Amino acid sequence: MPNGAGSPGPAQAGAPLRIGVLALQGGFAAHLKHLGSVGALGVEIRRPGDLVGLDGLILPGGESTTITMGMEQYGLVEPIRDLISAGRPILGTCAGMIVADSDHLGLIDMTTRRNAFGRQLASFEEDIELTGMDGRPFRAVFIRAPWVEELGEGVEVLAEVRGHPVAVREGKMSAFSFHPELTDDNRLHSWFVDQCRG
Amino acid sequence: MTIFMGMAEEATFRVKTGLAEMLKGGVIMDVVDAEQAKVAEEAGACAVMALERVPADIRRDGGVARMSNPRMIKGIQDAVSIPVMAKARIGHFAEAQVLQSLDVDFIDESEVLTPADEANHIDKFEFDAPFVCGATNLGEALRRLGEGAAMIRSKGEAGTGNIVEAVRHMREITSGIRHLGTLTSTELPTAAKNLAAPLELVRDVATTGWLPVPLFCAGGIATPADAALMMQLGAEGNFVGSGIFKSDDPERRAKAIVEATTHFNDPERVTAASERLGDAMPGIEMSALGEDAKLAERGW
Repeated sequence: MPNGAGSPGPAQAGAPLRIGVLALQGGFAAHLKHLGSVGALGVEIRRPGDLVGLDGLILPGGESTTITMGMEQYGLVEPIRDLISAGRPILGTCAGMIVADSDHLGLIDMTTRRNAFGRQLASFEEDIELTGMDGRPFRAVFIRAPWVEELGEGVEVLAEVRGHPVAVREGKMSAFSFHPELTDDNRLHSWFVDQCRG
Repeated sequence: MTIFMGMAEEATFRVKTGLAEMLKGGVIMDVVDAEQAKVAEEAGACAVMALERVPADIRRDGGVARMSNPRMIKGIQDAVSIPVMAKARIGHFAEAQVLQSLDVDFIDESEVLTPADEANHIDKFEFDAPFVCGATNLGEALRRLGEGAAMIRSKGEAGTGNIVEAVRHMREITSGIRHLGTLTSTELPTAAKNLAAPLELVRDVATTGWLPVPLFCAGGIATPADAALMMQLGAEGNFVGSGIFKSDDPERRAKAIVEATTHFNDPERVTAASERLGDAMPGIEMSALGEDAKLAERGW
């Protein structure tokens, strides 16, 4: 298991970046695959010790209640806050966006609405315009997705769908209500890994 | 249905399997009312399966087991925010239509209910709602995918609290996948014939080394160690039916099975989760089941 024994700080030049993916429940496997495809080393995070030596962290999609409860139960909340204090970038997708909001971890100054588009029958995929993605459209897959309800002044909106923010960034924290890990397009993971490289 | 932008596509295969992807690593719990659904959600279930009676009671009571009452399903949808699944009888596409019109998140075409069609399964491509289907081996899994299923689960033997059949089915499926990976492209058509499965899907599995949809375990999980066992055998998540609400302390057992599913590779965690639980459901030895009492033999 990749934990504890990891390097104490960010990777040295040349070494692949270690990016954690919270693996309590949800779509973590697809994120790990995408990280590999952009040359980073994905690490499954289930225990506090797994967070040692990370260059960044992804909070994946899944069920936000299940993930939130697990984070509390397994003592992951404070270590993740410490990671932020240490300046590591964090990216949330779908449930991970909810986990990052002001009502949960408070990583981004925003509130979110769960299942905002509706139940599964209202789930959809759509080409969207996403800031930072070299102008080409981004195929976004929305599964029982949230949207951003209210956001603070320092929060930048990177994409909107149906008039609601679905991609936001504040400092080194970013959150997307869709699933970039469910398509073959790895531009967003590449963008995130670049941020982790600092 | 989409009036904005005109570009959104709903109910694509990716959107259907996408929900199954998000259920991975989690536990889907059978519930018969809103109260149980709340208990399941608070214990960390990633979804609930709404049904009239849990499989253990269906076994005990006999008679025809059908789709649940729509009012009960609505009550559960109102009570929880996690996805709500519901079961339709094998081949009973009108029950599936009702479930889709109720806006359920996933439909389980299930051998736990009494089959409505002994020759044909539902044409699942006709539906916008995603389907999960049971399988006992790779050929059966691929036939269900060929009909449009977005998720596969082992059948196991529901309502017995006995994991032996789920183990058999999970090993059948995963060893079948590994075997395909050893074949040359020349040998795949014969493999497809022998599996009675679509060649295109056989080729896909041989190339990728896995099903094109998530594979979960169902049918017989009663303890945290059962859940950890199935995850180590290759399940990507667990369905638990009678095992929770037929045990002494459903709340605690539900939490423990969720914990063991997450930390399946961590025996200390599974041990801790297994302590202080009351009695598991009693369980039934397979040889005590008559051949016609085996639910896994329903469907083909």
